[in-house]
Amino acid sequence: MHELGIVFYIVKDVKQVAEENHVEHVSSVVMDIGEVSTVVPHLLTDCWRWAADKEDVLRGCEMKVNTIPAVTLCGDCNKEYETVKFGKTCPYCNSKNTWLLRGNEVEINSIIV
Amino acid sequence: MDAIKVIEIKKSVFEDNDKDAENLRKELKDKGVFLLNLMSAPGSGKTTTLIQTLNRIKDKVHVAVMEADIDSDVDAVKIREATGVSSIQLHTGGMCHLDAEMTRQGLDNVELKDVDLVVLENVGNLVCPAEFDTGAVRNAMILSVPEGDDKPLKYPLMFTVCDLVIINKTDVMPYFDFDLNRCKEYIHQRNPKAQVIPICAKTGEGVDAFAQWLLAEVNAWKNN
Repeated sequence: MHELGIVFYIVKDVKQVAEENHVEHVSSVVMDIGEVSTVVPHLLTDCWRWAADKEDVLRGCEMKVNTIPAVTLCGDCNKEYETVKFGKTCPYCNSKNTWLLRGNEVEINSIIV
Repeated sequence: MDAIKVIEIKKSVFEDNDKDAENLRKELKDKGVFLLNLMSAPGSGKTTTLIQTLNRIKDKVHVAVMEADIDSDVDAVKIREATGVSSIQLHTGGMCHLDAEMTRQGLDNVELKDVDLVVLENVGNLVCPAEFDTGAVRNAMILSVPEGDDKPLKYPLMFTVCDLVIINKTDVMPYFDFDLNRCKEYIHQRNPKAQVIPICAKTGEGVDAFAQWLLAEVNAWKNN
């Protein structure tokens, strides 16, 4: 259940931004979650519902999740490919010398107030 | 009520924790205290490995142990009874990992003045502890033979963040389909720099190598 731990960080960050901007109520939080970040979006939103409703400034605040597709770069043939489909092995040249370019994000994109 | 407004944040959820962890590491450097974050799945033999290791190093360096669990203090008591090393129990309040702030709170309860090495036994879990930097100087993890040699493929982040992988319970290798070379290959695919030390905490085989690694790391941290 690491989604709950992550939600506590999001609550802390969003409350801080709301305070800095003199916002009384946040209506939505938009998250960018990478496909291979190990965060499960529906568990994150479930945990969010539970935690957000305990805070006045976040009560009823909706969480929207943008999924960031995971892309891996091959260090040998320099081509990019879909991480989820092919994993660590490059589908073009079979090399394992590959690096994740994106898809590991757990970011707060923005809030709507 | 005002019109709808979007406030851009674009900030990683882990950013604050990463900063806290970096600050904690700097403070530990100033104090000359080495913090090891020891991670693994539940039941891999973290506490048994620690007992064997502490009994080998406790005369050479001043050690303290922080045991993190969701509940109970069995590990802290076990460590104290088996090694005489000062040991405290942290409760994570249901959380499946420790972050830098929780680690700092734990360290506040350790008399650090004469301590060279603090070992943090993290919550048994291969997912979340890898995501949260505790502020430790080095990360080590224990993979036990019954878990299988393919764990580095299944929990890639854990093996990416570890400086050292200890492979425990080597005595039961004949009973499991565990290939040590294949396991090393999988670890190094994820993390070419990771060191691998096979041990059997029950018989003590290989524990000397881990103890030496730890002593060398503590000395390097204090003297460089």
